[in-house]
Amino acid sequence: MAMADQNAGPTFRLSMLIYDTRYRSLTIQVIVLIGFMAGGVWLVNNMLNNLSDLGKDLGFGFLNDAAGFEISPQLIEFSSQDSNLRAAIVGMLNTLMVAVVGCIIATIIGVIVGIARLSKNWVVARLMTVYVEMFRNVPILLWIVFAIAIINDIFPVPRAFKGDSATASMLFNESVALTNRGFYVPSPIWLQGSMVVVIVFILSLVAIKFFGTWSKKRQEATGDILPNFWIKLGIFVVPAVLIYFIMGRPIELDYPAFVKFNFEGGLFIRAPFIAITMALALYTAAFIAEAVRSGIQAISKGQSEAAFALGLRPNRTMQLIILPQALRVIIPPLISQFLNLTKNSSLATAVGYIEITGTLGGTILNQTGREMECIMLLMLIYLSISLSISMVMNVYNNSVKLKER
Amino acid sequence: MKKSLFISTLAAAGMAAGFASAGTLQDVQAAGVLKCGTGTGQVGFSAPDANGYWEGIDVAVCRAIAAAVLNDKDAVEFVPLTSKVRFSSLTSGEVDLLSRTTTWTFSRDVDLALTFVGINYYDGQGFMVPTDLGVSSALELDGATICIQTGTTTELNLADYFRSNGMSFEPVPIDTTAEAQASYIAGACDVYTTDSSALASARSSFENPDDHVILPEIISKEPLGPLVRHGDDQWADVVRWVMNALIAAEELGITSANLETLAAGTNNPEINRFMGTEGNLGEMLGLDADWAARAISAGGNYGEIFESTIGESTPIGLARGLNAQWTQGGLMYSPPFR
Repeated sequence: MAMADQNAGPTFRLSMLIYDTRYRSLTIQVIVLIGFMAGGVWLVNNMLNNLSDLGKDLGFGFLNDAAGFEISPQLIEFSSQDSNLRAAIVGMLNTLMVAVVGCIIATIIGVIVGIARLSKNWVVARLMTVYVEMFRNVPILLWIVFAIAIINDIFPVPRAFKGDSATASMLFNESVALTNRGFYVPSPIWLQGSMVVVIVFILSLVAIKFFGTWSKKRQEATGDILPNFWIKLGIFVVPAVLIYFIMGRPIELDYPAFVKFNFEGGLFIRAPFIAITMALALYTAAFIAEAVRSGIQAISKGQSEAAFALGLRPNRTMQLIILPQALRVIIPPLISQFLNLTKNSSLATAVGYIEITGTLGGTILNQTGREMECIMLLMLIYLSISLSISMVMNVYNNSVKLKER
Repeated sequence: MKKSLFISTLAAAGMAAGFASAGTLQDVQAAGVLKCGTGTGQVGFSAPDANGYWEGIDVAVCRAIAAAVLNDKDAVEFVPLTSKVRFSSLTSGEVDLLSRTTTWTFSRDVDLALTFVGINYYDGQGFMVPTDLGVSSALELDGATICIQTGTTTELNLADYFRSNGMSFEPVPIDTTAEAQASYIAGACDVYTTDSSALASARSSFENPDDHVILPEIISKEPLGPLVRHGDDQWADVVRWVMNALIAAEELGITSANLETLAAGTNNPEINRFMGTEGNLGEMLGLDADWAARAISAGGNYGEIFESTIGESTPIGLARGLNAQWTQGGLMYSPPFR
């Protein structure tokens, strides 16, 4: 305490808050903070005043009222008698479905394109450049609308599969129907004993993981490389298939069949979902490809030359030397691309795919007239989704970043 | 001290806002233009023609109001609104009134703080299907894929109707009329559902209207009419009585053709009061004495507007039905002008 008193000088005068550099920054910060809070209070107050002028109050009771409309697709059971809250959750799950599937496809395409863009093959490299520039430089909404237009126009209507004069036919031995309303594919029916197959399959995944670790250790000890890919593929397929036949084929397929208006049975992947997911994935993949390319190019050429000098083949060089280092550069922009994809999914209403913006920010907002509450909830939900993605990706980023010892 | 100053500033701002939104009529007169929220393009109700001139039965209401208030039926700024944004646009003051096939319902009137001033078309929700689907009743639509416009009463009616009949459907929700029609034509859905008048309007604009059939079932009551914000009774009165004037004019036999002769004075006191040659109805409303005559001059009386926009002589070809005058067995009935 005595030390602090000495630092504070003999006497404290009010003017020191401005003229003394020790206090000035603190003074400015306090003033800015007060100004900021006053601004916030004013905005909230203004909103409440205007709402009460319009005869509205702020409340979330409407979330418990019956929604009254139907949603499709629905990942959890939902009928028009369920609450608005449940409708919002159904919408949120649909958003997450697009985000997850979109991010996975975008990453796969992005990584392949990013690497292929650096290919020594002139045609491949140029084609990838064309792809990246095309998707990066056209607004995403146009790609989404374009995607649904393609599906609507090139695939036949379900009715075309019907009757003797059918103009369209199903693919793969009458099991897959590509229509302009979406793709119908067979879905599995889980009969008794199917759990055993699933458990064996999961166990073989664990076995693959163990084999990978063991093989790596063996290689480090002996320098001998096993045909890892083929062995892993074997573990992946053989036990599950064997058990499947031993248990007497407990998993059957449910094939789609035409009934009056649409196909029924099987799994229905709706056209709007395909359109929004593919458009978002292809669009975001173009950005990811650039991130991957920049990451690879950030690694000095000496690294690959050294690898070649050691006798490593190009594939292995990429896999073992370049990519692990490049990931440090790639991951941060990748996170923001994942966030972009998730937020861009709010454009799905343009093609009639109903997600959180379509339910909470669309029909619910419109039918209840609760703009303020719905928009605030909507922002909160997007914020939490984005922050969760960032959190998960940051954990991954920490695991690949340069380990300093 | 600082805090009280802050609060008093707030209060002053709030009062200023209160004053500003006090009189839509004065605002419109000061601006010299009426901002009218319309549909995004529904032939016969509100759509621009080939020259970009807005036409339709909903548009006619706006023009009549502009003529009555501003003495210029073209002093209207049309703001096309989707069904999703229409109410927020009205309550936020972006438009002065909404005249766009909007169904009068309890919750909209009461909970959304809107004031419906009348009904300019009695409608009901119907279904349109391609003829070659071979469907003759809405009860055969179990499992069908249905195009609906989001944020409409039709979305709710549809869910109710299918639920009460134990049927299921696959909804394809779409934002605008044009997109909904395009999706229906492309075969993205089997059925297009909306107000039956709008179905007739859509069907008339298709390449081959005969390939599509409107099913007989009408599953809901859809009274469509103009609406204004809650809390401005004077403006609501103006819009309500211009609407009534259009309807009363048909009943009284006042048309755009005989308007000038009748304005000179007649032996019928109600016509005289209507025309402003007797009494002071216009003054009570805060308008000129000949306000009603001007409203009729914009596009004729209700009957004339109906015939020229959606009537049987137009491609849409709707019969008067419920929308005939009460004296003709319909529901159009204006309170007396006195």
